Amino acid sequence: MAKWLLRGARVVDPANGRDGVFDLLIDDDRLARVGRDLPIEGAKVVDVPSGLVIVPGLIDMHVHLREPGQEHKETVATGTAAAVAGGFTAVACMPNTNPVNDNAGVTGYILAKAAEASLARVYPIGAVSRGQKGEQLADIAELKQAGCVALTDDGHPVSTAMLMRRALEYAGMFDLPIIEHCEEQTLKGDGVAHEGFHASALGLRGIPGECESIMASRDIALAELTRGLLHIAHMSARQTLDAVRYGKSRGARVTCEVTPHHFVLTDEMLGAPIAYDTNVKMNPPLRETADRDAMLAGLKDGSIDVIATDHAPHHADEKQVEFDRAPFGITGLETAVSLCFDRLVHAGVISLPRLVELLSVNPARILRIPGGSLAEGAPADITILAPDLSVTVDAKAMVSRSKNTPFDGWTLRGGVAATIVGGRVVYTNPAASLDI
Amino acid sequence: MKKDLLSIDDLSSDEIHLILDTSEAMREIGQRPIKKVPTLRGKTVVNLFYEPSTRTRTSFEIAEKRLSADTLNIAVASSSVLKGETLVDTALNIEAMQPDMIVLRHASSGAGHILSRICKSRIINAGDGMHEHPTQALLDAFTIREHKQRIEGLKVTIVGDLLHSRVLRSNVRLLTKLGAEVWVSGPPTLVPAGIERFGVRVSANIGEAVDGADVIMMLRIQQERMSGAFIPSLREYFNTFGMTKARVAKAKPDVIIMHPGPMNRGVEIASDVADGPYSVILEQVANGVAVRMAVLYLLAGGVEVD
Repeated sequence: MAKWLLRGARVVDPANGRDGVFDLLIDDDRLARVGRDLPIEGAKVVDVPSGLVIVPGLIDMHVHLREPGQEHKETVATGTAAAVAGGFTAVACMPNTNPVNDNAGVTGYILAKAAEASLARVYPIGAVSRGQKGEQLADIAELKQAGCVALTDDGHPVSTAMLMRRALEYAGMFDLPIIEHCEEQTLKGDGVAHEGFHASALGLRGIPGECESIMASRDIALAELTRGLLHIAHMSARQTLDAVRYGKSRGARVTCEVTPHHFVLTDEMLGAPIAYDTNVKMNPPLRETADRDAMLAGLKDGSIDVIATDHAPHHADEKQVEFDRAPFGITGLETAVSLCFDRLVHAGVISLPRLVELLSVNPARILRIPGGSLAEGAPADITILAPDLSVTVDAKAMVSRSKNTPFDGWTLRGGVAATIVGGRVVYTNPAASLDI
Repeated sequence: MKKDLLSIDDLSSDEIHLILDTSEAMREIGQRPIKKVPTLRGKTVVNLFYEPSTRTRTSFEIAEKRLSADTLNIAVASSSVLKGETLVDTALNIEAMQPDMIVLRHASSGAGHILSRICKSRIINAGDGMHEHPTQALLDAFTIREHKQRIEGLKVTIVGDLLHSRVLRSNVRLLTKLGAEVWVSGPPTLVPAGIERFGVRVSANIGEAVDGADVIMMLRIQQERMSGAFIPSLREYFNTFGMTKARVAKAKPDVIIMHPGPMNRGVEIASDVADGPYSVILEQVANGVAVRMAVLYLLAGGVEVD
């Protein structure tokens, strides 16, 4: 369908100040017109049932697609299929692949795989340092030219203050943000869970929240020094949020993200319902109630810019081992929207327009990529949400190649009805009554 | 009783008392000229040990043999792990041979929980990482009860490397459940975060911690786990926390001194205390057999004792 009209639904588009019933005319891969009672003019009409909500395509700026090198966990094709099933029209993928995405060859490979899959848009993130070894800067101009939208040594922090300083300075020349996995590694030691009563009771080695906030404080100070762009990844500790607020108050160019699991779950999950469940092992770890509540407060008061999933697929064999030997990480693409609706919007923490900022507007702004807006002329990247759909998470039925989620069996209110990328419907949810 | 014994949390206080009462009967068997009853005849018990252990493995094996179980020892530390087999695969292979019980010792906390989820056999935790060592706490309780005729209301002071100790975690659970007043003492670098939520008193002042104690339980300084800078030196540790006669003197006159072994003499405990009149360390070892017989018997479903 070259021209079609989405009609009759609530449109939430905070970038353009819209929240109300509008029609959207899509012409090929672009949004041609947005307005009330648009003329049909030969377009195919899709009546969107009231109750569904049209928003700019969601963007997950923190996923691990695992390709190249770990295709048994995920591929660009399976990962982007999971993305669109979760309502994401675009993802930014982390460079800790094998080989590491520290050169144009790997970036090009990922983009070629993404074009082949032709589902969600894929924005590669390059390594800060060659091989993510923390010694020498990667060829950053080359990465930028090849299509990288940010830089990170995710999985690890940028090793030294000096390297971080140089990275912020050098990448600033290309307006590339440095995304930092904050972790003071000597303080982490061989910790596997949040340091506190629950880890102690189970005999698991602890990782205190300060492990994260110390590194965030270092980086925020360096962002201030260099005027570089810093983005704090997967924030988990209340002390880190305080550090970010302080940095913002001083005018540092710092932004931050939180994952759904860090605003939904706490370290109580270590012991129950399944003791030593390796699907609650992630880095940073699930923290205590005060931290979880701080994340909710940060989402509410605007200190937190982005919700990202840190989608980290692992093969079942890798997770079915002793807790201290299991890899860190859980999948997130297919549960994020439901968790956000259930725990944020329906729980009254934030409004739907604010959720759209967190999941679409702000990631687009921080990564300086198209999207986050339903302006006329913009790419037709659209997510249709079903705020009242009852969703029961079924790990076995997930599209991702890996099933490592702690949310299996949860029933949540809110889901995705359809995902449209560049004017093409790439996902429709059979459970949502939408004929598209 | 639950299917498995992974943690003291699996036991109600009634079940703990049942185990301790049953242990009395079991100890009597060990005093007979023929130390064997047919209670577990035809049952197969696998002792699956991923960590070297002399005392615990021997104690379980003697207990199993006294109950006429067919026992099998597998020391995995040097075989399958090096060949890359996972714990789950090893367990499934053992399970395929249909044992009735598996006694597991493993360096990772929660290893028994993995077995529990995949095995029909009953799992007895013989020590998992820093988590628990439930039969040790049961034999400690048995020993305390024998000397003090009760556990409720006693001041029990546990001193040493609290952080890495599974014996601590089992004892704290058991003793608080039975109403003891539990104090723990050690350098702050070796105190687990949030331990006071177990309902114990924490003090780095050894004098305060042992003052008026009915029971002093020493924990080993686990030198093999001391990769971080937890204490400056063993000498300084002994001077600050080592159990000496002078420190014992602050406790009740009829205090008993316990240690789960193996002891580091001159590190956490002075030899004249370890070998002194209030020491019950070897009684603990003796009681270990009876308590493990009781646990095996009760988990096997309470077949009649001959």
